Amino acid sequence: MEGLTLSDAEQKYYSDLFSYCDSESTKKVAAHGRVLELFRAAQLPNDVVHQIMELCGATRLGYFGRSQFYIALKLVAVAQSGFPLRVESINTVKDLPLPRFVASKNEQESRHAASYSSDSENQGSYSGVIPPPPGRGQVKKGSTSHDTGQPRTSADQQEPVSPVVSPQQSPPTSPHTWRKHSRHPSGGNSERPLAGPGPFWSPFGEAQSGSSAGDAVWSGHSPPPPQENWVSFADTPPTSTLLTMHPASVQDQTTVRTVASATTANEIRRQSSSYDDPWKITDEQRQYYVNQFKTIQPDLNGFIPGSAAKEFFTKSKLPILELSHIWELSDFDKDGALTLDEFCAAFHLVVARKNGYDLPEKLPESLMPKLIDLEDSADVGDQPGEVGYSGSPAEAPPSKSPSMPSLNQTWPELNQSSEDTAIVHPVPIRMTPSKIHMQEMELKRTGSDHTNPTSPLLVKTADLSEENKINSSVKFASGNTVADGYSSSDSFTSDPEQIGNNVARQRSHSGMSPDNTAPPPPPPRPQPSHSRSSSLDMNRTFSVTTGQQQAGVVAQPPAVPPRPQPSQAAGPVVHRPVDADGLITHTSTSPQQIPEQPNFADFSQFEVFAASNVNEEQDDEAEKHPEVLPVEKASDPASSLRVAKTDSKIEEKTAASAPANVSKGTTPLAPPPKPVRRRLKSEDELRPEVDEHTQKTGVLAAVLASQPSIPRSVGKDKKAIQASIRRNKETNTVLARLNSELQQQLKDVLEERISLEVQLEQLRPFSHL
Amino acid sequence: MGWILVTSATVILFLQNYPLYIRSVPTENELKFHYMVHTSLDVVDEKISAMGKALVDQRELYLGLLYPTEDYKVYGYVTNSKVKFVMVVDSSNTALRDNEIRSMFRKLHNSYTDVMCNPFYNPGDRIQSRAFDGMVTSMMIQVC
Repeated sequence: MEGLTLSDAEQKYYSDLFSYCDSESTKKVAAHGRVLELFRAAQLPNDVVHQIMELCGATRLGYFGRSQFYIALKLVAVAQSGFPLRVESINTVKDLPLPRFVASKNEQESRHAASYSSDSENQGSYSGVIPPPPGRGQVKKGSTSHDTGQPRTSADQQEPVSPVVSPQQSPPTSPHTWRKHSRHPSGGNSERPLAGPGPFWSPFGEAQSGSSAGDAVWSGHSPPPPQENWVSFADTPPTSTLLTMHPASVQDQTTVRTVASATTANEIRRQSSSYDDPWKITDEQRQYYVNQFKTIQPDLNGFIPGSAAKEFFTKSKLPILELSHIWELSDFDKDGALTLDEFCAAFHLVVARKNGYDLPEKLPESLMPKLIDLEDSADVGDQPGEVGYSGSPAEAPPSKSPSMPSLNQTWPELNQSSEDTAIVHPVPIRMTPSKIHMQEMELKRTGSDHTNPTSPLLVKTADLSEENKINSSVKFASGNTVADGYSSSDSFTSDPEQIGNNVARQRSHSGMSPDNTAPPPPPPRPQPSHSRSSSLDMNRTFSVTTGQQQAGVVAQPPAVPPRPQPSQAAGPVVHRPVDADGLITHTSTSPQQIPEQPNFADFSQFEVFAASNVNEEQDDEAEKHPEVLPVEKASDPASSLRVAKTDSKIEEKTAASAPANVSKGTTPLAPPPKPVRRRLKSEDELRPEVDEHTQKTGVLAAVLASQPSIPRSVGKDKKAIQASIRRNKETNTVLARLNSELQQQLKDVLEERISLEVQLEQLRPFSHL
Repeated sequence: MGWILVTSATVILFLQNYPLYIRSVPTENELKFHYMVHTSLDVVDEKISAMGKALVDQRELYLGLLYPTEDYKVYGYVTNSKVKFVMVVDSSNTALRDNEIRSMFRKLHNSYTDVMCNPFYNPGDRIQSRAFDGMVTSMMIQVC
């Protein structure tokens, strides 16, 4: 149509509006649709609108070309300014303010109105804040909506009148989206909600070249524009940040304006409520931040070191002090590195700051990095995303996911640590270690005794059922074993070396095992009460138990075990090996041992006999001796006693030689008690030996008894010698047999020991828990 | 060697014997506090050198009451990086126990490390961290 001269501001504004209306980018705008809305937003009477349309030629063409559109806009401005609509007025009217479009339902429009009604001061100040960002924003923005936003903003700001401000304020207050924020100068409330999406909208505002009506622009933008704005934020971050900061600045301005507005109370309320909203990061923003994060740190779950972040944010040209403060706010875990969420929060804060927002003293909740997956809020701490940074508006959802895991990984570390600590606190109760320990203790002690291995084993099974009981029972058993060990230890000195070795080995073995777990109890000592230092109860019980046994067991070592009477010895001896409880056997044999002392003496006599050749008078004794000797040899300490007693015994026996059979019967039986006694001393291992001994002695006794008295003549001497030789041979045989049996017993014991050691090894790992 | 002086009073954080951070509650007589702090620096150095042979850990520990003056008590604390924290408290604050002083120094130290973690903070600069200020303020309010 007629030459249309537009000022730069108008040009930009119109182009933006055209872009906005030209949603299809067809360079022509349908008469219906947005244009109509736009014109209606101009708040012009319909007839005026029609007139405009006719004038610009849209009706003629049926659509709005760019020129038509521009003309129409110009006419709108003219009409709004109150000038008559004339074609000529397009160019004649100078200094025409940009057409004002107030959207009844459109946020932008409301914003426009708001900004329109904003004080000039505010506008001025606002423009002062906005200009820099818009410049950048504009460059990037290619979205039509963006353009529309811009012209509107400028138009709004330039428009002196904003009659529609008030009514439109209410709708925009919905804080659900920034875009819907409508800034109403009079109603700061609405503007504040706008502030939320402010950052989002700020690009729009900024994109509008020089348009100071940032408020209106922001508010007026519908959702599409924001996204487009995001796209245009590809340029340097600092610029985009300003865009996002727009809402903040607008907010500030609105707050200023609200002072003059009537709804002061609402303002304050909304201000506080919307204050957090501005810090909310939109999806597009977040995506942008995420992309920026990727440029520094490809791994979204990784960290950005402080130095890199410093360089990055220094580009925003914010003062170091403010950057430092932003860092303090955003580095939530104070680790000197930024996770994705922390980075987004920092970015957002930078953008906000660049747009004029004041940095909060504390990190807004929406910017808080997601410590755990608890927060489902979309963009925590995304606000300060620097719009300037290139960001693709798409992929809003995915952007959240990387941030969340990153935060979840970083921050949850603390949680994990706390969890770990929480887990650590409950002290696990170990069943096995104590049991193992007790078992080990028992193993030690039982090593030398047949009964001991069995008793602890039995105890073990019982213990497994209940830990406490186990401890007590085990200790009890161990105590018993200790007691046995003691008794055996005492007798060890006199025991055969083999047995002693076994016991010693076992003892040493047992000495090692308890060391693994709790404070290693001292190796079996003569004092059974020392089984476990840590457990007084056990010691008590132990002492109790041991006390019971000590009576029988301990009594044995100190007192010279009396030789079990032959009659008695044979019987009990036979039964003893059957007994699993050596203690009982011990106790049972103790009374027998007392009377066995004379038998003991017989052994010594026997030894003496063996040493001093056979005396006829001592044949019986000799008979006994060979039987007893093998048994007695182990009991060296008793040998002296035996010797001492031997004399008396010999006399006794000699006196009793008359009843040779009897004596022989008795004396042969004497050895059996001795073996029995020894067995008591040396634990179960000796019992079988004793049993054997008793058996052998019985045999010997029988043999001896069967032997008729040896003639004393020379022939008798010869016979005696031969008899003695024979007897010696028999004794040797018996001894050899006994030896073999003892060897067998030794092997058995060793096998038991090995098995117990294996068990110990298996249980040992648990002891270290 | 930074200095932090906290008094009931004043907080001064010094690095290499020049102040990194100064904060006082009673604004009057501040100069006096500063003077006391500077004099106590000598005491701190003395203690440090005395413990020089000791483990470095000892350095981190709370230095304790440096010296009591007529009205005030001066407490010191040194970190491994030779940052000194000096706290001057009013003697009238008898309620302040040693443990409290220790905890305060610990908090100061933690806040200082947070400040150091900030990449935008150049060691040697005056500490302008708001978080640090907030922490110190809360501490001083508690003390007063």
